[in-house]
Amino acid sequence: MADPQILLRDGPAATAPTVSLDAFAADTNATAVVIQPGEDARVLLAHLDRLALVEVTFPAFTDGRGFSTARILREAGYKGELRASGDIGVDMLTHLQRCGFDAIAPKDVLDADQIKTALATWPQVYQATVVDGRKPIWALRHGQ
Amino acid sequence: MYLYDQYDQAMVDARVAEFRDQTRRRIEGTLSEEKFRPLRLQNGLYLQLHAYMLRVAVPYGTLSGAQMKMLGDIADKYDRGYGHFTTRQNIQYNWIKLEDTPDLLADLASVEMHAIQTSGNCIRNISSDQYAGAATDELIDPRPYAELLRQWSSFHPEFLALPRKFKICVIASETDRAAMRLHDIGIRIVKNDAGEIGCAFYVGGGMGRTPIIAPLVKEFVPLDQLITYSEACLRVYNRYGRRDNKYKARIKILVHELGLEEYRRQVEEEFAHLQTLAIEPPLAELERIKTYFADPAFETGLPDEIDLSNANFAKWVKANTAPHKAAGYAIATISLKALTRQEDGSVKAGIPGDATGEQIRVMADLAKRYSFDELRVTHTQNIVLPHVRKADLFALWQALVAAELATPNLDDVTDIIACPGLDYCTLANARSIPVAQKVAERMAPKAEEIGELKLKISGCINACGHHHAGHIGILGVDRKGVENYQLLLGGCEGADTSLASIVGPGFNEDGIVDAVEKATNFYLAQRQEGERFLDTYRRLGMAPFKEAIYG
Ligand code: SF4
Repeated sequence: MADPQILLRDGPAATAPTVSLDAFAADTNATAVVIQPGEDARVLLAHLDRLALVEVTFPAFTDGRGFSTARILREAGYKGELRASGDIGVDMLTHLQRCGFDAIAPKDVLDADQIKTALATWPQVYQATVVDGRKPIWALRHGQ
Repeated sequence: MYLYDQYDQAMVDARVAEFRDQTRRRIEGTLSEEKFRPLRLQNGLYLQLHAYMLRVAVPYGTLSGAQMKMLGDIADKYDRGYGHFTTRQNIQYNWIKLEDTPDLLADLASVEMHAIQTSGNCIRNISSDQYAGAATDELIDPRPYAELLRQWSSFHPEFLALPRKFKICVIASETDRAAMRLHDIGIRIVKNDAGEIGCAFYVGGGMGRTPIIAPLVKEFVPLDQLITYSEACLRVYNRYGRRDNKYKARIKILVHELGLEEYRRQVEEEFAHLQTLAIEPPLAELERIKTYFADPAFETGLPDEIDLSNANFAKWVKANTAPHKAAGYAIATISLKALTRQEDGSVKAGIPGDATGEQIRVMADLAKRYSFDELRVTHTQNIVLPHVRKADLFALWQALVAAELATPNLDDVTDIIACPGLDYCTLANARSIPVAQKVAERMAPKAEEIGELKLKISGCINACGHHHAGHIGILGVDRKGVENYQLLLGGCEGADTSLASIVGPGFNEDGIVDAVEKATNFYLAQRQEGERFLDTYRRLGMAPFKEAIYG
């Protein structure tokens, strides 16, 4: 399990030990799970209540499946920690946040100043991802 | 034309600031080339054979005079005095210095332009019909829908690391001038039986090494579900598109491997789910965008006749203008496939899609004077002035002649699409540009007699030069380290889209020029009344053409 370098919410990082998705299906006591890019997050939807931590791996920054995984879990109402781990560059931070991640565990530690700059890059956003709670530009334009 | 409000401007400015910071870190050395690469690619900056190449987005191919002027100024200020218009309705500069790019992007931002997502595995610039808003046969102007999609796809956080690049095209007429069904998503704006406007979605088309004409996935998506349905199409692709092999990673392979029915079912399931979330902009947003695309103030009572007593002018009018929806107006296309007569009487062909900084500024100025300040870039690498009074055509033509921009060859065999090929591109197997020039120079004397013939050249299997969709296609391949060219016949990107087939063994550079000439000679001998090259080919089939070329 990768400890998060960045927390995008208040409170401490989740500490429950993670198991693989296969093991999670068999172990009804597990409260933390790791999802790999090729695995279907929707198999977790029936168990969201007992989950405290879902770690989504990014073995390579070029593989963006984890972005969909995150949104799918948040769209279904998952409230626990959603942690991105692996090959994560500073330019991905805002996108991860917008897809619902609230904890980031990059393989290579990121520079603190760059993190600050990156998170402040976008004044507004064009799309509603819904899961980040941000109002898109079209909503602002039409007073919604 | 669409104008940025403070939100659009702030997004583009933010991107420039971000890239300035990244470039600074790269030049200082705190950012490795490996880490910088994906960042520069999201800003359209490629490292090519000799220098950096920057690709600038021209959303749905529409430009204002001020924007065009800036493109000309950039050619002079940051490049070696040229801009290259591409088959994606964009413009590329081939000689850019890394340290200049932040300033270049800032100059672009000052005229509401950018290079966002013009490369990388993300949703690319949205393309459209170059005659949008002027064509006689369109249901409605497709560009507001393209603009809505542009905003949705810009920095979409879920879709920035897709299996492969993703191209969307929006049109609104039966005649397809934008190769809509050769895109990852092609949208045709349609009217249903109840008289409502909506979108037909064709998904999984494309060129490259496996050319596929996109099948219809959904016949009618209501306008207030356009974004939601697009998002469903993309999410299924992002999750299940192949990532193990770059040549099988486009959505066309996913649709093909899943089967159309299964892909459609998965999209429907995701669509039903996404409809429960508030991700669709209100129709009021589409209405807001539409106001920018209202017709310009066309005059009424204008004369419809054109004085064609000047023979060269008459030739240009016949070849390079098209009917306009407003009486007294015409659509004029400026060919960027120059043919210049030399003192010895021979013809010299220019580089397809290239224009000098000065020529670009001339076109900007002519747009201001004669076309309500609007221009379009076409996927055939030409420039359109969409709204010209017929009464102004002669003056326009004279100005074009003076700028060496009046070649009357639209859609004929010398109006060749060619990718950059081995002269610039790191992926190329063979040169495209010199072949295009040789073919054009050889065929120029007969071009008028031959009539419509779309010839397209790619320097490798990636098909940026759309060779699959050429009436005649030429594909550069590498044969044991020697450049070799395959000839294809029978492709078409119009409403009756078809894919070209390889004729036989490849040729060397001179051989391919001969082969094109033989094919066209055979056509001239065989054609029946009113038949274009493509029609004759379709009637006779491959065998007799093959015989004529190799026999
Ligand atoms: S077709 Fe090949 S050679 Fe031509 S631009 Fe595309 S990648 Fe380069």
